[in-house]
Amino acid sequence: MTEVIQVEGLTKVFAAAKGQPPLRAVDGTDFTVYEGEVFGFLGPNGAGKTTTIRMLTGLSRPTAGRAQVLGLDLAADLPRIKKHIGVVPEASNLYDELTAFDNLIFVMQLYGVPRRERKARAEELLGRFRLSEKRDAPFAKLSRGMKRALTIAAALAHRPPLVFLDEPTTGLDVMSARSLRQMIAGLRNEGVTVFLTTHYLEEAERLCDRVAVIVKGKIVALDTVAGLRSSAQRKTIVEVTLAGADGQPEKRRLECEDGVESAVQQLLAEAGGRRVLSVDTLRPSLEDVFVQLTGLSAEVMLAEKGGKGLVLSAGEGGGNAGR
Amino acid sequence: MLADDLRGLFYIALKDLKAYYFKPPNISWGILFPFAFILAFAIRNPGDLRALVPGLLALTVLFGTSSMEAIVIVFERRLGSLERLLLAPIRLPALLAGKLLGGMTFGLTVTLVVLAISLAVFGSSGTNGLLLFLALLLSATAFSALGAYVSVAVREVFEAQTLANFIRFPMMFLGGVFVPVESLPTWLQVVARCLPLTYSVEALRAALSGGSWATAALDLGALAGFSVVLFSLAVYTLSRRIE
Repeated sequence: MTEVIQVEGLTKVFAAAKGQPPLRAVDGTDFTVYEGEVFGFLGPNGAGKTTTIRMLTGLSRPTAGRAQVLGLDLAADLPRIKKHIGVVPEASNLYDELTAFDNLIFVMQLYGVPRRERKARAEELLGRFRLSEKRDAPFAKLSRGMKRALTIAAALAHRPPLVFLDEPTTGLDVMSARSLRQMIAGLRNEGVTVFLTTHYLEEAERLCDRVAVIVKGKIVALDTVAGLRSSAQRKTIVEVTLAGADGQPEKRRLECEDGVESAVQQLLAEAGGRRVLSVDTLRPSLEDVFVQLTGLSAEVMLAEKGGKGLVLSAGEGGGNAGR
Repeated sequence: MLADDLRGLFYIALKDLKAYYFKPPNISWGILFPFAFILAFAIRNPGDLRALVPGLLALTVLFGTSSMEAIVIVFERRLGSLERLLLAPIRLPALLAGKLLGGMTFGLTVTLVVLAISLAVFGSSGTNGLLLFLALLLSATAFSALGAYVSVAVREVFEAQTLANFIRFPMMFLGGVFVPVESLPTWLQVVARCLPLTYSVEALRAALSGGSWATAALDLGALAGFSVVLFSLAVYTLSRRIE
């Protein structure tokens, strides 16, 4: 497999704010992204995902470490790297005053797409991202989902072999997010390598071939989604439901790897003679893996208007086991 | 790489002209503002109106190039669209040169309108065309670089407007537009010699009244010097903002 991104000891330390210690936003990360894969960077807000993308795309200078992108050294060959990558930043950043069509044309002009190809390519992208009807609408007048779609279209305009997507579906309604995920999945079929950051577990599971879990600037796990899941499913959770003093049932859980008898006995012993309402065995979900790896709570919250998504958020808490 | 830079700066200038500069309020303001100042001065001090033309042209270049230029970069930085240019395969000086070219093109276009009106009213006798061209071009470069520096030196749009006016208005009254620099107290003459507008007015006066190249050479050199220093400062300041 051809390496598209190779990162060794990449570190970013931000200068200290008044009264604060320096912030190690990215702390010696190592990883490799291979050609044609969708590589996910999964972590809570503030984990260092965006800072990593900013360093790899030349918007921020690494404090230490080295990286190669498309076989070129990040420190020495940045302008050449920039010519062959597409970047979708966290916030859509096209020009409010220009139309959807003119925005795409401008991006192609910047990247040196030949004049004779620009118009046809812009029309093709508008069609593919279902924006043909908004061809002559100013960017400012587009909905948030359409702005996001056009920003992705702009990143693909010069046909880059590598695309960085920073939280591409954050803040979108359910339908727009689903539509964008389908478009991102389509990129893999075209052989485009995708580096994707997200804090949605569901998104990482659906889209990514491999996932790196990043917490506080460090990668704490890197594997295929199936690999991460199977590592979790070697374990079993025993859940005992006890009758509480106030009439409310109380659940207690214990993880075990070999047999469940000892875990059941331990939980019953801890019950102290209270009435046992049920004893269940549960298989940990992928979400539990992240809880275990990160020490963060994974909670179900309204992440998208009108729907639910799993979001990792900082804080203490337990797992969310699935049967 | 140079081809990428040149192409990038050309299209950045073109995009800025289309998106920001050539809007009706901007054009009318760019033309009316210097006329209003000159008219107010002429009503108070009626005399040789022709003598005010170099100052009128210099003011038009100053405000035409720097008014929008001082806002554009900080505006795009606030919106995030400056990052799109920083992600493009062009180097930082080329990016800023594109911004500069946009400001210069607009400023010179507006000034040509004012120049045409002035020549129609006062005639063109004694005008040194080549010197006039160079004086306008170098004035536009220096003032556009001033606008670019202001725009990268601040963090908010209102700060850019405040800083630009803080520099431009004293320059307007000390730069020989209304009162000859020689008539100012010595210490103010020293201050005036530190301002690019002074050299712009002098070079334009030489160009319109058949002055010699020797007289104007110092002024043109000073304007070129201001352009280089202000542009370099703008590049340095913007590069420092990329942490």
